[in-house]
Amino acid sequence: MTRRPGFLVYGLLAAFLVGSAAPLYWSFLLGSHTKEIAAQGVPPLLPGGHFWSNAERAIATIPFWKAIGNSLLVSTVTACSVVFFCTLAGYAFAKLRFRGRGPLLVFVIATMAIPTQLGVVPLFILMSEFGWTGSITSVIIPWLVTAFGVFFMRQYLVDAVPDELVEAARMDGCSQIRIFWHVAAPAARPAAAILWLFTFMQVWTDFFWPLIALPHSNPTIQVALNQLQSGFFKDYSLVLAGTTLATIPLLVLFVVAGRQLVAGIMQGAVKG
Amino acid sequence: MSNSTTSRGGGTQTVSSPREGSPSASGPTGRAPRPEWRQRLTRLDVRLSPYLYISPFFLLFLVVGMFPLGYTAWVSVHDWSLIGGKGEFVGLDNFREVLGNPYFTKQLVNTISIFLLSSVPQIVIAVVLAALLDNQLRGRTLWRMSILLPFVVSPVAVAIIFGSLYGDRYGLINELLGYVGIDPIGWHTERWASHVAIATMVNWRWTGYNALICLAAMQAVPRELYEAAAIDGAGRVRQFVSITLPMIRPTMIFVVITSTIGGLQIFAEPRLFDETNARNGGSDRQFGTITMLIYDFGWQLRDLGRASATAWLLFVVICAFGIANFLLIRRIGALGGDR
Repeated sequence: MTRRPGFLVYGLLAAFLVGSAAPLYWSFLLGSHTKEIAAQGVPPLLPGGHFWSNAERAIATIPFWKAIGNSLLVSTVTACSVVFFCTLAGYAFAKLRFRGRGPLLVFVIATMAIPTQLGVVPLFILMSEFGWTGSITSVIIPWLVTAFGVFFMRQYLVDAVPDELVEAARMDGCSQIRIFWHVAAPAARPAAAILWLFTFMQVWTDFFWPLIALPHSNPTIQVALNQLQSGFFKDYSLVLAGTTLATIPLLVLFVVAGRQLVAGIMQGAVKG
Repeated sequence: MSNSTTSRGGGTQTVSSPREGSPSASGPTGRAPRPEWRQRLTRLDVRLSPYLYISPFFLLFLVVGMFPLGYTAWVSVHDWSLIGGKGEFVGLDNFREVLGNPYFTKQLVNTISIFLLSSVPQIVIAVVLAALLDNQLRGRTLWRMSILLPFVVSPVAVAIIFGSLYGDRYGLINELLGYVGIDPIGWHTERWASHVAIATMVNWRWTGYNALICLAAMQAVPRELYEAAAIDGAGRVRQFVSITLPMIRPTMIFVVITSTIGGLQIFAEPRLFDETNARNGGSDRQFGTITMLIYDFGWQLRDLGRASATAWLLFVVICAFGIANFLLIRRIGALGGDR
């Protein structure tokens, strides 16, 4: 429906934009006022000057920096690992001929439909056996390579890498791994950036498994926010200052790479 | 990564820019037959490499996916404590206990209710929003980015922020309702009101995301169809119902199924919305969900057997809903008028 949109369209979109941003502003607003003002319901519309003092109190209440460090580490490691292994597997499914390729790919796609929380009990038992519960290793391991990543990379590489190129490199006597490294990997770069971003975000916002696997003293940021909220739920200035602070890293990511996020969602939607 | 253990059947050519038949400066341009062992290695390389490349996924899935699935069944038919480990074989007792537990029924109803409140309006709004974005807008990318903003806020943070907005006594929402003369609503205490509050959080975070998925599908609709319909005298609404909706049906199925798998497992939002000390979903579990029950059985009551049984029951519910959704969407799409 390509027509020059009128005021109505822009108006509705603008209303949506306000609705998207308002809760975030509210969080910052309450976090920037004193405990007393925040407890009285609707504060003045402009922020007060207490954001940093509230944030400092929040940081003192929970192991905030440790949690941020843990989340950064877990998200970065898993995102890099997912990009590497999923690109390899996606390339194999997209460009290499081998026995059982079709059924194996169907299997990968089928695993995407399995609810993660179904296996949470045995996963916990397994991690206990290995002695990893309590350490962030237990949060990293399940995310090292994902079905979605394999499928996403496969869909991208099918069109991005010309078969002739792979064939030519093979005729030149390249080993398989070199073909991957010199032909497929450069072509996969745009999709790899998107996959990296999405994995980072998913792992950063994950809550259920880290809550089970990690102790209070060694949390990810989501688990730490959970502690913040449970102890001090009456002091919204403190809780919301901490929440706002914890949201900043992803907001920065959004400002820097929002364009790629949009592109990624719009690409991932195309089902093969 | 020691993944480059594959043989180098390639001699010493570099493939910096693989143009066909670029003769290397040194070395013979005509291909001399390679020695026998080289050829064999190359063949092995070609045959085995694909399996090597896909093996990390399958190995990991075996350990953290496949094995836990089977093992959940094994745990669910035993007495299994979080601390003491495996106990007696008890057959279907865990399932019987869970199904007989009044909280199970209540929390299943809560889960479904929150799911419906958060998915039906969300998908309708997402489609409308996508239709708005499917115009020749000024600043297209900015609009698209802006509706995605909520998506980068974690469910935990969303729940804390909305928990304060929906404060029973001093929340912004009740204040605003007061201005139009409506009595304050007990968002945390009343069962259905709490479901609405929690559904709002899910909708706020996911609507933009799903709108972009729908938008991608809408942009793939050939524009000639709209032009032809316009010539036939179809208005915009008619075009939308008769062309757009049927054309984006596969994507709708995808969105609905993924929303179902995710939505029925909801945990972070209700847990952090809860301000009571037990945090099981309100004073009388008026907004407790099935996943919260799994957590309660397993890590508060320390009974992994019952937690596993609950997980299996949740899986059955998700499957049933997934299939029902699929059939429903097919029917709805078929009414769209693509005769």
